[in-house]
Amino acid sequence: MKVKSVTIFGLVLAGFLLWGAQVVQAQESDAPPFIDGGATAWMLTSTALVLLMIPGLAMFYGGLVRSKNVLGTMMHSFAAMGVMAVLWVICGYAMSFGPSTLGGWFGWRSGLILLSDIDDKIMAQGVPEYVFAMFQGKFAIITPALIAGALAERVRFKAYCIFIALWGLLVYNPLCHWVWAEDGFLFNMGARGAIDFAGGTVVHISSGYSGLIAAIYLGARRGYPTLTTRPNNLVMTLMGAGLLWVGWFGFNAGSAISCGLDTARALTATQTAAASGALMWMIIEGLHHGKATALGFASGILAGLVAVTPAAGVVQPGGALVLGAVASWVCYGAILLKNRLGYDDSLDAFGVHGVGGTVGAILLTFFIRKSWMDEAAVAAGGSWGVISQLWVQLAAVGIAIAYAVGITLILLFVVDKIFGLRADRHSEMAGLDDSYHGERGYGMLTAS
Amino acid sequence: MKLITAIIQENKLDQVREALIEEEVYRITVTRVSGRGQQVSDCVYRGQTTTPNLVPKVRIDIAVNEEWVERTINAILRSARYNGGSVGDGKIFVTPLNECIRIRTGERGCEAI
Repeated sequence: MKVKSVTIFGLVLAGFLLWGAQVVQAQESDAPPFIDGGATAWMLTSTALVLLMIPGLAMFYGGLVRSKNVLGTMMHSFAAMGVMAVLWVICGYAMSFGPSTLGGWFGWRSGLILLSDIDDKIMAQGVPEYVFAMFQGKFAIITPALIAGALAERVRFKAYCIFIALWGLLVYNPLCHWVWAEDGFLFNMGARGAIDFAGGTVVHISSGYSGLIAAIYLGARRGYPTLTTRPNNLVMTLMGAGLLWVGWFGFNAGSAISCGLDTARALTATQTAAASGALMWMIIEGLHHGKATALGFASGILAGLVAVTPAAGVVQPGGALVLGAVASWVCYGAILLKNRLGYDDSLDAFGVHGVGGTVGAILLTFFIRKSWMDEAAVAAGGSWGVISQLWVQLAAVGIAIAYAVGITLILLFVVDKIFGLRADRHSEMAGLDDSYHGERGYGMLTAS
Repeated sequence: MKLITAIIQENKLDQVREALIEEEVYRITVTRVSGRGQQVSDCVYRGQTTTPNLVPKVRIDIAVNEEWVERTINAILRSARYNGGSVGDGKIFVTPLNECIRIRTGERGCEAI
């Protein structure tokens, strides 16, 4: 009897809710915005794919450190998922994609705080703006997480969290605004803007050069380079590299904010450059050392992917092949040079992301498809050539490097003075896992 | 000849190694082990304090000639204590070593150490 009355009550309640929902729908359908189901579905998928890159990065970096630091290093990526995603919703999106303020330093619209204005907004591309905001938010997560590769095994966890929060606010958001917002000054530089399809300057150059500065500021790990460290788990590193490659299809092919020709072009360029980079690294190592290492192959994948990131929208497969291969050559050289110079960019955040991003952003100029250049010529009201675009690319790269380096230096100094950036001697020797997390990564290996 | 076996806190391995290298003791074998002495180690997992019955430790084996025994022991004592000495810092066992043979050359005894 009791069950029956509950059921009836539930049915009545459900009826009311359905009726209410229909009324609300009817009211909203006064001006029905057009939703492109295909584009929205692909953007939702891309958003998930880019998020997958962050555990991928955690595995890639986590496998490369010593076993006493494996959790601490993976937590650098995971903590970014918490810190940056919360900041992005609170004010990051407003700072990146609001209208320019303070002379275009960053964007701002108070209505975008907590994304409150976009609750019912559908963008011109037929995609709900929530999807776009979440997609862009994933980029804001992975960028500071990339810097962690330069700080590995010796940074205090608390200071790291505060550093990436400030870095996201003061370096990432302004750069993102300049390059991708419609009123950003790099977006409008030259005939059709500085080309940065999916984040060569915003993501890879900014994090790479900031990482270089942070590695130099922090100093080398204890015992570096005489006590060379052996990666604790290259198997995990390879799995991470695989996840990064898969996730990159969302990263690049999602950056078209559509589901059509541009998406297909970006996807093809991404696959081609990654494969070409990996193959080239294997060949270089084979010639140089006589053995092709697994870590080298993974590094080649990354070098190719990083280089094609700014270029995926404008280069054809031939150009992508060259970009990936050249990026591997240059990054390989940069890592050799690092060992010569002796600064401790532990996991080569600069060697791969900084250098690869720079190579991609500049070299792409020579492989832009003809239709893009024709449209640029029309936009410029006459002619627009490779050299004109090269100046725009060089300017964008230079500005991104100068800005990232300058602000990072200030942030490092401030965070270091207030919180202490460098792990103390005992904590570093005992390992980040024990010192900052009270856990051990590989408990299963011992009987306990 | 003596075999010095030390069971130490796992997060003290780096300190002990540095102290041994300072004393020019370079030849060393390190294993991860787990066991139980006086120490009851509490770990916090998801807010719950648990007590594993076997505690992870690091075991160091060093074979030395007589004149190196004391300086090796002192180096370990100096570097393996936690906060000047805590329960769980471990033990050092010294056992007589009957023979030592270098596989590459077949040398035996003190020369092979």
